[in-house]
Amino acid sequence: MTDIFWIIPLIPGLSSLILVIFGTKLPKKYISIQACTAVFASFVVSVISFMGLKQIPHEAYPLIKNLYPWIQSGDFKAALSFQFDPLTAVMALVVTGVGFIIHVYSIGYMAEDKSYARFFQNMNLFTFAMLILVMGSNLVLMFVGWEGVGLCSYLLIGFWFEKHSAANAGKKAFIVNRIGDAGFLLGIFFIFIYVGSTEFAAINEAIGGGLITQSVATLIALLLFVGAVGKSAQIPLYVWLPDAMEGPTPVSALIHAATMVTAGVYMVARMNLLYTLSGTAGTIVAIVGAVTAFYAATMALTQNDIKRVLAYSTISQLGYMFMGCGVGAYAAGIFHLYTHAFFKSLLFLAAGSVMHALSGELDMQKMGGLRKYLPRTFPVFLIGAIAISGVPFLSGFFSKDAILTSAFASGNYLVWVLGIATAVLTAFYMFRLIFLTFFGQERLDPEVKKHLHESPPVMTVPLQILAFFSIVAGYVGLPLVFGKNLDWFGHFLEPVIEAHHEAHLSLSTEWILILFSVAVALFGIFLAYIFYIKKPKTPHNIVAKFPFLYKLLFNKYYVDEIYNATIVRPLVKGSEIVYDNFDLKVIDGTANGLAKTTGFFGKFLSYFQTGLIKDYALIFLLGVILLLGYILF
Amino acid sequence: MVPTSYFIILSAILFVLGAFAFFVKRDLITQFLCIEVMLSAANLAFIAFAKSASSLDGQIFVIFIITVAAAEAAVGLAIILLVYKQKKTIKSEDMNLMKG
Repeated sequence: MTDIFWIIPLIPGLSSLILVIFGTKLPKKYISIQACTAVFASFVVSVISFMGLKQIPHEAYPLIKNLYPWIQSGDFKAALSFQFDPLTAVMALVVTGVGFIIHVYSIGYMAEDKSYARFFQNMNLFTFAMLILVMGSNLVLMFVGWEGVGLCSYLLIGFWFEKHSAANAGKKAFIVNRIGDAGFLLGIFFIFIYVGSTEFAAINEAIGGGLITQSVATLIALLLFVGAVGKSAQIPLYVWLPDAMEGPTPVSALIHAATMVTAGVYMVARMNLLYTLSGTAGTIVAIVGAVTAFYAATMALTQNDIKRVLAYSTISQLGYMFMGCGVGAYAAGIFHLYTHAFFKSLLFLAAGSVMHALSGELDMQKMGGLRKYLPRTFPVFLIGAIAISGVPFLSGFFSKDAILTSAFASGNYLVWVLGIATAVLTAFYMFRLIFLTFFGQERLDPEVKKHLHESPPVMTVPLQILAFFSIVAGYVGLPLVFGKNLDWFGHFLEPVIEAHHEAHLSLSTEWILILFSVAVALFGIFLAYIFYIKKPKTPHNIVAKFPFLYKLLFNKYYVDEIYNATIVRPLVKGSEIVYDNFDLKVIDGTANGLAKTTGFFGKFLSYFQTGLIKDYALIFLLGVILLLGYILF
Repeated sequence: MVPTSYFIILSAILFVLGAFAFFVKRDLITQFLCIEVMLSAANLAFIAFAKSASSLDGQIFVIFIITVAAAEAAVGLAIILLVYKQKKTIKSEDMNLMKG
């Protein structure tokens, strides 16, 4: 039963194709049923393949299905072939499982939208591309998926393209991603040069066989990481993700929280041998991840837009994942990816439910006291917030703790300190969000309050399912302190990700680390409680005391402005200069000049065309005489 | 026996006269006749050479040329007739539609 795994990506692809062709003519009910069924069918096939995978011996990994020799040009070969191994299984289950729940939620959320078919067609297409990305057995096919999800992200961010800001946000995401993709492509080229193939199996073999030296590995790993930085919104290419919140909320949940943005983490985990070989590259990944985690968390502190807080939180959590991968704990990074997919999509969808209830209001300053109006949304939102904050016994606690412990064990104390600081900030800004939205006094518009209503079951049931998983998902990877061999998740991934050779900590050290991270999470929540419930004046006092710092954070370190001034505007200015001087003068000049010269010769020659028979005859006669003269003499 | 050169000289005179008249005359029918004169001059030369070389080739050519000339005369006259219907003139100077 394991050899049917290759149809996992094809089902949503086919569904999307049908919706592209017939979408506008089909009734809404049918569209939603087809789109959801397609993703669900993929999920079922993923589960079957996953079950089958556990039955076969590790030596048979990865299962490969070669469908078609896609490109064959000299030495270069790229096949349309899929693979299935534990890492792919985890990704496929997350993409199709969480994807299915978000598709169902979208039925309710998008019910009133006039471009219903286009939405589901793009969502299906995204699922297809994402599955290609995680299942491709070579870097070229992975790159196809990589670009495909980028395209779908662009289409869905700009879904409401009548809105100027949405269209611009889509373009920004697309262009910033291109910068990363350039690095990624270069990485693929270098791999082809040194390995002679882009198949993952061949790459791993080449690394094992010593074909790649350490310095080459560093170069390739860093180039690939540039791609990951763009796709997974790390410093310095993170600027597109907050703007991407212009898209519909299910899109933010599926693409910009649970799946696409984690593609970079998946890629690093997939190429883990390369990063381990390089060493330096791994350290850089860890530092970039840690700095991003902390930096994005500080920006989340001051935002008032409920979705932007979550966007910065996503960037910050992605930083955690890279932190884990960078210090060699790839399994921990993927574990966090997996738990994060549940609680972050839960938070986004719950935020969408709040927006739905408040007629699209995003500003937390205009919310407050909502917990009695939204009795079903509030508890799930709270569960999501607790899970992400790292409170014990929910999923976020286990995965975050695995990363922090590994960071400490690897000896990168700077990374660990940043991780701990981020944990405090995470707990603080999540509970700031909860307190401002659901507690305190009401600051609603009277107009909005009139329409205040809880979301329909088609939206709240998916939330409850995600909330359930946000609680229990972590129990597949328990830390060592709870007993040996309980880290089932890590063991499952071992065939792909070789157990890292980190210095093992003593049990007591690990206990201390865990208790410490619990303490900082609770401290963050307590701080938020003081700030926003007990003494609501505190934030104002602090802002009054440090106006500069607040302004810096509130304006997101002016990074958008700096990028605009140093990169975007000079580029636009430069393009204008080139347009005026080169395009208009040189290129257009050459083309027009050629046309003018031809025209001039035509004009000159046309004087000979008098239209009179006698002139032609005379010239003819002269010609004959000349010819005769030439022949005779 | 008249020497071949006499025929050739006559043929040359006829040809030059035809060509000269073609450039001097203005109406299409006269010019058309001039062309016929030039064709006949050529025919004469052919026959003269055929006689002196005692070969039949030249005479066959002449028969061909006369046939083609007859067909050509029919087409040419028809064109001139149509031109006259359109323009009410057959002066060749008035026909310069193809002027560039």
